[in-house]
Amino acid sequence: MSLRAEYRPFHEPWHAQIFALTVHLNEQGHFNWKDWSKAFSGALSSKGSKDLIINDDDYYVIWLRTLEKFLVETVKIQSDEITQYFQDWQSAFLNTPHGQPVKLKNLSPD
Amino acid sequence: MSHDVEKHSHSLLPSDPELKVKALETALVKRGLIDPAALDEIIDTYQNKIGPKNGAKIIAKALLDKNFKKALIDDPMQILEKHGFLGRQGEHVKVVENTPKIHNIVVCTLCSCYPWPLLGIPPTWYKSDEYRSRVVREPRKCLSEFGVTLPKNTKVRVWDSTAEIRYLVLPILPDKYKDFDEEQLIEIISRDAMIGTALIGSSS
Repeated sequence: MSLRAEYRPFHEPWHAQIFALTVHLNEQGHFNWKDWSKAFSGALSSKGSKDLIINDDDYYVIWLRTLEKFLVETVKIQSDEITQYFQDWQSAFLNTPHGQPVKLKNLSPD
Repeated sequence: MSHDVEKHSHSLLPSDPELKVKALETALVKRGLIDPAALDEIIDTYQNKIGPKNGAKIIAKALLDKNFKKALIDDPMQILEKHGFLGRQGEHVKVVENTPKIHNIVVCTLCSCYPWPLLGIPPTWYKSDEYRSRVVREPRKCLSEFGVTLPKNTKVRVWDSTAEIRYLVLPILPDKYKDFDEEQLIEIISRDAMIGTALIGSSS
């Protein structure tokens, strides 16, 4: 039995992505980890019983929601900016033919 | 199973959280706050370079060498630094030794604090509400659900991790493994044994 085989840190790519995003921003000095921990544990303790964490999706949905609010406070990202990019990505997926890479037109250099 | 590809004239729409992560990333890249290549590197590190094998290497040494064990318990950070296991979320680690009298078990009741450099990213159950709320109240019952039954006179001590301090359990080495060398020990020291929800050689 290999320990390596049973270690599965991330169950979905977006879990890994949001984790890495948080670690990277912290490494770049945009906030300290203690403040992030405080925000996240605050969100976990104040969440309603409908937000029960059973699987990694439940956990990272709360992580994501907390990080979004946290970044509005710490790096001054605007909520409507995030909403706008959310819609841009949504339409990029809907307008990209199946099988082709999905890109945001105004961001891709090519 | 036949699958009509023609029906998907556009790309499959990701879930809302997936789109939200993309939106956040776009906003941060646009402001020059993150480098997408650095994200890939972080993911690679936690997927391939950091994991429970790191902790098992240290624990195996401690089980084989009394002096090493004493040093690890007395001044863990010095030992961890020497072996290259320092890193984020592992700045302050306390090693707690299981004995026939005391069985240690680790939780983070507030969120999911965990010694990343030694054990990697915590498993789903460690992050679940059920484990975080129950293990303090009924540790023996939780342990039995993990398949661990302790002798009646063994006390259970639950350690609550914080952003400041993380715990690593030093499990008991059962007699049948006394002849194992370091490499063999590394293979049988499971992540859960270092959290306290398994014993060495138990199945979980």
